[in-house]
Amino acid sequence: MEERLTSILSSYKANRDELIPILQQVQEEFGYLPQQAMLDIAQFIGVPESQVYAVATFYAQFRFTPIGRTHVTVCRGTACHVRGAPRILEEVERQLGIKEGETTPDLEYSLETVACIGCCGLSPCIVVNAKVEAKMTPRKVAAIFAKGDETS
Amino acid sequence: MHEVTLTIDGLELTADEGMTVLEAALANSIYIPHLCYHPDLTPAGVCRLCMVEIDGRGLTISCKAPVEEGMVVRTDSPEINKVRRIAAELLIVNHHADCLACASNTQCKLQEVANYIGIEEERLARLRQPTAAFPIDLSNPFFIRDPNKCILCGICVRTCEEVQRVRAIDFAFRGFLTTISTFGDKPLAESICESCGECVTRCPAGALTPRKSQRPAREVSTTCPYCGCGCGIYLGVRGEKVVSVRGDVDNPVNKGALCVKGRFGYDFINHPERLTSPLIKQNGEFVKVTWDEALDCIGSNLSKCRGDEFAAISSAKCTNEENYLIQKFTRAVMGTNNIDHCARLCHAPTVAGLAQSLGSGAMTNSINEIGSASCVFAIGTNTTVAHPIIGLQIRQAQQNDAKLIVANPRRINLCRFADVFLQHRPGTDVALLMGMMRVIVDEGLFDSSFIEGRTEGFEAFSASLSSFDLDRVEQITGVERKNIIEAARIYATCKPATILYAMGITQHSHGTDNVLAISNIALITGNIGKPSTGVNPLRGQNNVQGACDTGALPGVYPGYQKVGDPAVRRKFESAWGCSLNESPGLTHVEIFDAIYARAIKTLYLVGENPILSEANATHVEEAINRLEFFVVQDIFLSETARLADVVLPAVTFAEKDGTFTNTERRVQRVYKAIEPIGDAKPDSWITCQIAKKLDAKGFDFSHPREIMDEIASLTPSYAGISYERLEKGGLQWPCPAGEHHPGTPILHTERFATENGRAKLVPLEYKPSAELPDDQYPLILTTERSLYHFHTATMTRKVAGLNVLRDRELVEINPKDATALGIADGETVRVVSRRGEVTADAKVTDVSPPGVICMTFHFAESPTNVLTSSALDPVAKIPETKVCAVRIERLEGAVA
Repeated sequence: MEERLTSILSSYKANRDELIPILQQVQEEFGYLPQQAMLDIAQFIGVPESQVYAVATFYAQFRFTPIGRTHVTVCRGTACHVRGAPRILEEVERQLGIKEGETTPDLEYSLETVACIGCCGLSPCIVVNAKVEAKMTPRKVAAIFAKGDETS
Repeated sequence: MHEVTLTIDGLELTADEGMTVLEAALANSIYIPHLCYHPDLTPAGVCRLCMVEIDGRGLTISCKAPVEEGMVVRTDSPEINKVRRIAAELLIVNHHADCLACASNTQCKLQEVANYIGIEEERLARLRQPTAAFPIDLSNPFFIRDPNKCILCGICVRTCEEVQRVRAIDFAFRGFLTTISTFGDKPLAESICESCGECVTRCPAGALTPRKSQRPAREVSTTCPYCGCGCGIYLGVRGEKVVSVRGDVDNPVNKGALCVKGRFGYDFINHPERLTSPLIKQNGEFVKVTWDEALDCIGSNLSKCRGDEFAAISSAKCTNEENYLIQKFTRAVMGTNNIDHCARLCHAPTVAGLAQSLGSGAMTNSINEIGSASCVFAIGTNTTVAHPIIGLQIRQAQQNDAKLIVANPRRINLCRFADVFLQHRPGTDVALLMGMMRVIVDEGLFDSSFIEGRTEGFEAFSASLSSFDLDRVEQITGVERKNIIEAARIYATCKPATILYAMGITQHSHGTDNVLAISNIALITGNIGKPSTGVNPLRGQNNVQGACDTGALPGVYPGYQKVGDPAVRRKFESAWGCSLNESPGLTHVEIFDAIYARAIKTLYLVGENPILSEANATHVEEAINRLEFFVVQDIFLSETARLADVVLPAVTFAEKDGTFTNTERRVQRVYKAIEPIGDAKPDSWITCQIAKKLDAKGFDFSHPREIMDEIASLTPSYAGISYERLEKGGLQWPCPAGEHHPGTPILHTERFATENGRAKLVPLEYKPSAELPDDQYPLILTTERSLYHFHTATMTRKVAGLNVLRDRELVEINPKDATALGIADGETVRVVSRRGEVTADAKVTDVSPPGVICMTFHFAESPTNVLTSSALDPVAKIPETKVCAVRIERLEGAVA
């Protein structure tokens, strides 16, 4: 991790206002913000570690647990909601054995919800590793993850 | 300061320019509700309760609005109250209000605001109620953090940032889940929190409360018994017990601030293991005896061995009056100058070195000047750990844009804030400082008029710089030349510049040279005799300065008047009505050597624990076992007291009157708060009783006040000091005779205390430490202290909470060395030197540089001083506890 982080930090000047871009790039690299990375970032730009944590926890975009190899996003926007998003989320949670915001212990799956992914015409929908799965039903959810199991 | 006139609620009043409207109102006894305002902190303006109306501006937050001439302010109107009411209601509905059981009840600002605004239950019921409770953080042994009572005013965050500069906490998460959090939302005890409790004292609600929240029935003003800072405290007493401590905001040293030990470390006072009756050892076991029996036993034994077969070791934890009596007893009654105390092990080189160069071996300037320096140079001091309140001054200086230079072999906490960090090898301070001075002289950054007008010896001194070219300095110290140059330029040009130093400078076989190097660099840059400059040795014990001042030293009477000077001796002979021994006595380490050689047969040891504190401790223990008669006077049965023939129970600082002199020469009162516990007695009473058993005259005192009067009559620098004057606050010596001398905050303003009034620049050469690493002992062991313990921890290990925060010795070792030796973090290892071995747990950390390990000396289970070297500085006779060669071994059977 040290080398990957060092290489990211090497392109910054260690100014305070670079905190958020650094956090974003680190998350892009690691899929989440590892604690050691946040400590190193704090030291690099010379702000207290508690402040790095404060900034990181303020924004919804940052994660503190590793992301799974398959990342599942369930849309809870208005259109999806009225067409059954809560049942879809429930089924995904049942299939993967994790709750929203969690990652499976084998790091295979992680799950989160978002307010709206902007595909209201396809509602209710979920996103599996950047691929939008449209007009979901609990049965289709089961099929997607069952299929995943077979191929893995 | 300019005054402005403004109108608040129709009242015309004046306020200082720069005040806020809220401050102006409060100063004039006009209440404006507020929660996030605290006088010590920058205004945040987050609670919205201090809203007022200002003509021409409408609704304004008064804690952020500076007063202006002619301003018209209203603090109460329907519009204001609407905003305030909503703000208060939102806080109250989210507040876990179990007020009667809350430690903050009646002192809570939220209650105050609710009372002022008036809260209606029905309105609260309409608001969204909190859904889930936050977990309560019980990890800190001294205080509790309950986020359910947090009003998110941020006072704790600002305190940690602005006052302590630890910055352990901040706001985290958002919306309803917003909370005050450590990094990673960890419990406080696992964060970088230093447990000072400054946030606890400022929390306006019940979110941060002390675990022991018993309110005292009465409070007694006194002086903290821990380090040399000398903070003013109030002891809270309930019944016969001390139940609280709070900082004295009017004391010029700490202005109310305290560290974790000062605020929470008082449980030793009423501890069940306190010695409560005299003990005599019979057949290897201690037996409780009466005072008469104990004193008879001591009297008969001491009467047999007057003269140089007797030695006394006095205590830097005791008061000035007690130290004076112990040295008077030793000299006038026992007829020897064999009197010393632990200053020999800490700042003897300061006394010797600065006496030679400046004429007086003490801090030249005052603690509260440090905050106004333009440059702080901290060398060989882990200030935030060993002198936390002086550490706050460094932080304050930096807030005023001062530059900070830290020179230390270890990457101590202070390095986080340093502009330049010089990580030199242990024992290379002379080379480092001479290298800096070489730069200063070569670049012409010295103060030639100061050198010409107030010093002597510059030519010889500057000639001695020639051997310190930066190549050689770099090679000796391991510090890159660019850092040395930068530090030299900063120190020489950012004026006023102050130097702080401590044991890292003195505890070397060339400690006196180190001190002289410091004095040289201050002198050539003219950084002495002016405010916020100086050479400032930070003294370790609460009264180590006073113990030196009052003559608990083998070569000098009180006030550093030389034993060898016949005129001085005659003065004391006539005052004490006896004839005095002409030859100076033995020093601390020499006393134990003489005991070992059976030249000294009887030892009277007061409040010290040399089995743990003395270098090469095994030798000390062997020596003590050779004594014919050994009396120890202490508050606990310390490791050393167990070896005594007679143990006398003394009282703590809370049970007696007296004075302590802090590191900046400030003599301050210690007031008795509770009656002595059990049959324990004040040290002054005990020493007087022993003296009287030996038929001595001059030991009849009804109150310590009378002892101070005797000190003042014989000690020119204390001549103007009396209890009457000290009632009004401390006085810094020199305070010559006269009712009105204000004391001396800054030394050497006009002339130095040397014979001709000029300071001496001393040529120096680099001498390596006495014991350097080799194949057999490849690592350097250096010693330090923990924030959570004090000295041999006789007091702090009796405080349960401090042992939660630090419960054992740790061998701090660099990851590179640990990897090479196959040592894992937390693994128990054996540390071996030529003199002995101890086991302790390894802590793998890059605070220690490669090749250097570090241990404290607080823990009797891992007595570090068994390892250290007693190589002595030839002038000051201090042992070299900062450098010795060791190796680390894994224990047999440890799994790789």
